[in-house]
Amino acid sequence: MQTRRNFLKALTLSASIAAIGVPFGAQAADTIKVGVLHSLSGTMAISETALKNVALMTIEEINANGGVLGKKLEPVVVDPASNWPLFAEKARQLISQDKVAAVFGCWTSVSRKSVNPVFKELNGLLFYPVQYEGEELEKNVFYTGAAPNQQAIPAVEYLMSEEGGGAKRWVLLGTDYVYPRTTNKILRAFLKSKGVAEADIMEDYTPFGHSDYQTIIANIKKFASEGKKTAVVSTINGDSNVPFYKELGNAGLKATDVPVVAFSVGEEELRGVDTKPLVGHLAAWNYFMTVKNGENDAFIKKYKDWAKKNGVPNADTVVTNDPMEATYVGIYMWKQAVEKAKSTDTDKVIAAIGGQTFKAPSGFTLTMDKTNHHLHKPVLIGEVRADGQFDVVWQTKSPIRAQPWSPFIDGNEGKQGL
Amino acid sequence: MKRTSPWAQRAWLILPLLAAFLLLAAAGQARAAVDEGALQQLATGDFGARIAAIEAIGAGGGEEARRVIAALGAGELGVLDGRVVIVRDGRVTDVGGAVVEAAPDAVDLLRVNNRVRRALATANAALDLSADDATRRLAAAQTLRDNASETLLPVLERALESEQDDAIREIVLLAAAKVNLNADDPAKRLKAVTALGESSDPAVKALLEPFMAQDNGTWREPDALVREAAAASIAAIERRVAVAQNIGTVFSGLSLGSILLLAALGLAITYGVMGVINMAHGELLMVGAYATFVVQGLFRAHLPEWVDWYVVAAIPAGFLAAAAVGVVMERSVLRFLYGRPLESLLATWGISLVLIQAARVVFGPQNVELANPVWMSGGVELAAGVVLPWNRIVILGFAAFVLFLVWLMMNRTRLGMFVRAVTQNRAMAGCVGVPTARVDTLAFAIGAGIAGLGGVALSQISNVGPAMGTGYIVDSFMVVVLGGVGQLAGAVWAAMGLGIVSKFLEGWAGAVIAKILVLVFIIAFIQKRPQGIFALKGRFADN
Repeated sequence: MQTRRNFLKALTLSASIAAIGVPFGAQAADTIKVGVLHSLSGTMAISETALKNVALMTIEEINANGGVLGKKLEPVVVDPASNWPLFAEKARQLISQDKVAAVFGCWTSVSRKSVNPVFKELNGLLFYPVQYEGEELEKNVFYTGAAPNQQAIPAVEYLMSEEGGGAKRWVLLGTDYVYPRTTNKILRAFLKSKGVAEADIMEDYTPFGHSDYQTIIANIKKFASEGKKTAVVSTINGDSNVPFYKELGNAGLKATDVPVVAFSVGEEELRGVDTKPLVGHLAAWNYFMTVKNGENDAFIKKYKDWAKKNGVPNADTVVTNDPMEATYVGIYMWKQAVEKAKSTDTDKVIAAIGGQTFKAPSGFTLTMDKTNHHLHKPVLIGEVRADGQFDVVWQTKSPIRAQPWSPFIDGNEGKQGL
Repeated sequence: MKRTSPWAQRAWLILPLLAAFLLLAAAGQARAAVDEGALQQLATGDFGARIAAIEAIGAGGGEEARRVIAALGAGELGVLDGRVVIVRDGRVTDVGGAVVEAAPDAVDLLRVNNRVRRALATANAALDLSADDATRRLAAAQTLRDNASETLLPVLERALESEQDDAIREIVLLAAAKVNLNADDPAKRLKAVTALGESSDPAVKALLEPFMAQDNGTWREPDALVREAAAASIAAIERRVAVAQNIGTVFSGLSLGSILLLAALGLAITYGVMGVINMAHGELLMVGAYATFVVQGLFRAHLPEWVDWYVVAAIPAGFLAAAAVGVVMERSVLRFLYGRPLESLLATWGISLVLIQAARVVFGPQNVELANPVWMSGGVELAAGVVLPWNRIVILGFAAFVLFLVWLMMNRTRLGMFVRAVTQNRAMAGCVGVPTARVDTLAFAIGAGIAGLGGVALSQISNVGPAMGTGYIVDSFMVVVLGGVGQLAGAVWAAMGLGIVSKFLEGWAGAVIAKILVLVFIIAFIQKRPQGIFALKGRFADN
C-alpha cells in the first residue's frame, strides 16, 4: 500500500548503511530458509519493523513446535531500506543466493510492483501482508491483506446505513499516488451505482508529507454544510495523518457531524497521536487489537513477550495491528501448504495452498481461496477510542471472498471468476 | 451483508426516546437519585433495554442523571459485578459519587457509537439549556442550533421565555426558526425565514434554498412574501459567508507563513547571515521538538497539575537543547569549514543523518505523541464553518515574539553588532578586536537555538519523529533564498507571502497543483532576481 516521500533520505540511508543480509541462527544443513523482506531503515521503517518482528516471532513459534517437515525454519532478514529498486535486488539475493523457500515482505504497492518481476523470473514465493488497491494477480504472490471489496466498500456501505449515520455526500480524500487514486476510482464508481450524484462527491489529494490541512478542512466544512449528511473517506497515508487529525479536532469537526473513515490508520499509526479529539472517527480493517477471543489474547501476549525478550524499543506499549495479523496468518498458511505438499517446491506449494484454513486472531477461520491467491477475510469497522484503540461497531458475519479485480473498474467484467 | 449487533436494528429507537426523556426531564427535576431498576437495566440489558433505561434515567432528571449521561457520552460508564459504575481518572465511583473499591481494569465499559453519541450530545445540550452557567447555556444553544429538530421545539421555546442573555437568545431563536421553517402558518414561516437571515451558516442557506425552487412551474413555497424574504436572507447569508471565508483563508495563509518563518528564522541566521549551508537545520528543529516531548514527559511525571503549561517550559528547554547541539556542531566540525560551502554542506548533511539515527535510537522510530494543552485546543468560531484554531493563533503570536527577540538581539546588543560586523567584513572586524571565532560560535548557537524554538512550535501542529526535520529543510531554504540572503526582514516577507499565496492557490487549484505553482514561481523569481526580495547592501568580505 503506502509509498512515502523522502526518497532523498531513503537514498542516503541506503548509501550510508550497508544493508546486508543478516542470517539468524546456526547454519545447519537440515533447515528451511525463509526470507523476511521489510524496510528496517528509511521512511517505511515505522510500519515495517513491526512486521519483521511478527515474522521472526512466528518463525520462532513454529520452530518451538517442531518446525516444518521436521526441519527448523531459518529466517534470513534483509533490509531494503525503503528504497524500491533495492527491494528487487534484495529479493533476487534472497531467492538465488540464500535459496529461501518463501519470502514474507513488502508494504507499499510500489515495492511489491518492484519485486513482482523477480519472483516471476526466479519462480519464488512472496506473501504480501498489507491491504492494497487490487488490480493485480501474480502466480508467485499470495495476498494476505484485504482487497478493496474487503475493506473500502464495506466501510462505505456502513456509513451509508442508518446505523453508520446515513451519509449522502462523500469526500474522498487521499495522498496523491496509486493506492488512493485507484481506491477512490473504485469508490466513485460504487457510489454512483448506489445513486450518489456527481455533485455529492468531492475528491481531493495532497502531496506526500503534506502537513497543512487548513484549506482542506475548510473545504470539507463548506461541502458538508450544503445540506446533506457528509462522510469523509480518507486514504491519507503515513505521517500526514497526524496534522490532518489535529486540524480536524481543532476546527471542531466532530465524528458525530462528519465521520472520517480511514483505511491506512491503525493502532500503530495512532501511537503518535493525541486521540482524544478523534473519538468516534472510524477505521476499516480485517483485524483490531481489541477483538476479544482466545486466539487474539494469545497472539497479543506472544507478541508482547517476544518484544520484551528481544528488547524492542518501548516494548511495554507495543500494539498489534492488521498487517501484523496478516503476516502471522501468511506464515502459517505457507507452513500448512508445505506440510500438505510435503515439499517446499514453489509450484507444489502453490498447488497445495488453495483451500487451506487457519483460525486467525481476528476470531474467524480464514480460508485461502482456491484460485485467486487472496484470503477470505472478515471486515471489521472500528471507532477510535480515547486510548488509541478501536471499538468494533460493525463486522461481517463471515469472511468474504476477495475481488482483486474490482467490478467497479471498466474492463474487469470478465475477471470476476478469478 | 447483515449487521451482527442487535443495537443496529434498535438504534433508530434512540432519538424519539431521548427526546421524550428530555421533555420529562425538564418537567420533573425534583428527584435527585436515579432509579435503581433503570440502572440495572443499563448494566445487564441488551441495547434496546439500555435505550429504555437511558430514557427512564433521564426522565428522573437531576444531577445524578446528568452525571450518568455525561459519563456514558465520555465512555466512562461501565459495569462492575452487575452494577453501573463510573470510572474517571483511574477511580471507580458509583453513580452517586461514592468511591467503590475496585480496580478500574475490572470494569466493563459500556460502548457508544456515533449515533448514540449524537443523541447524547443533543440530550446533554437540552439539559444544559437550563443551566445556571451562561457559557454552558451558550454551548448548549450552539449544539441545538446545529441539531435542531421538531421534538426539541418545546425545549427551545421554554428557553426563549426564560433566557436573559441576548447572545444565547439569538442562537436559540435561530434554532427555533430552523424548526419553524416547516410550519403550516405562512406568518410563522415568514418570521422564521427572516430570522434566519441573521445566520452566517452555509447550512442554513441550504435549508432556505428549497423556498426558491419550482416544481413544474409552480413554486414550492406558495407565499410570495415568504419567497422574497428567503431570497433576501440567502443573499445576506452568502455575503457573510464569503467575508468569513476570505478572512479564514487569509488567516490560514498567515498561519502557514508563521510556521514557515519559525522554521526558517534560525536558518536565516546560520545560512543567511553566517553563510553556512546547514543541511542539519531540520534536525535542529527536531531537537527542539523532542525537547518539548521530554518536557511534557517530565511534567506528566512530576507536575501533573501543571501539565497544561508544559509548552511554556519547553520554550527555554527547546532553545537550550538545540543551541547546545549547535555549539557542538560549530566547535567540532563547522569552524574548520568556513568559506568552503561544499564541504560544510556535506558535513552538515552527515550530521543530520547522525542526529536522525540518534533520535531513532533514543526515542524509537515511532512518532511520539504530543498533546495540545487544553488552552491551545479548539478555536474561535468566526462564523459557522470558519474556525480559527487556538494553536495556530498562539503560534502566530509566538512567531512575532521570536522575531522581535531576534531583531532585538541583532540590532540592540553588542553581540548582534559583532555578528553584523563579522558578516560584513570578517578581516576588518578581527582587526578592530572582535573575537571572530567566539562570535561565530555564539551566532551559530543562537541560530540553532531559534531553530529549536521553531521545533517547539512545530511540535504543536505536526508530527514529532526522527525524520520530521527533512520535511522542513526545503521550505526553510526556500524562504531564506526568496527573502534574500542575509536579511531577516526578507525572511518575514517571504514566509508570509508564500503562506498566503499558497493558501489562496490551494483553495483554487488543490494542494498538489498549488505546491507545484509555488515552486515554479520561486524558480522564476530567483531567475529574475537572484539576490531575493531584499538585497544586502555593502559587501561580504568573504566573497
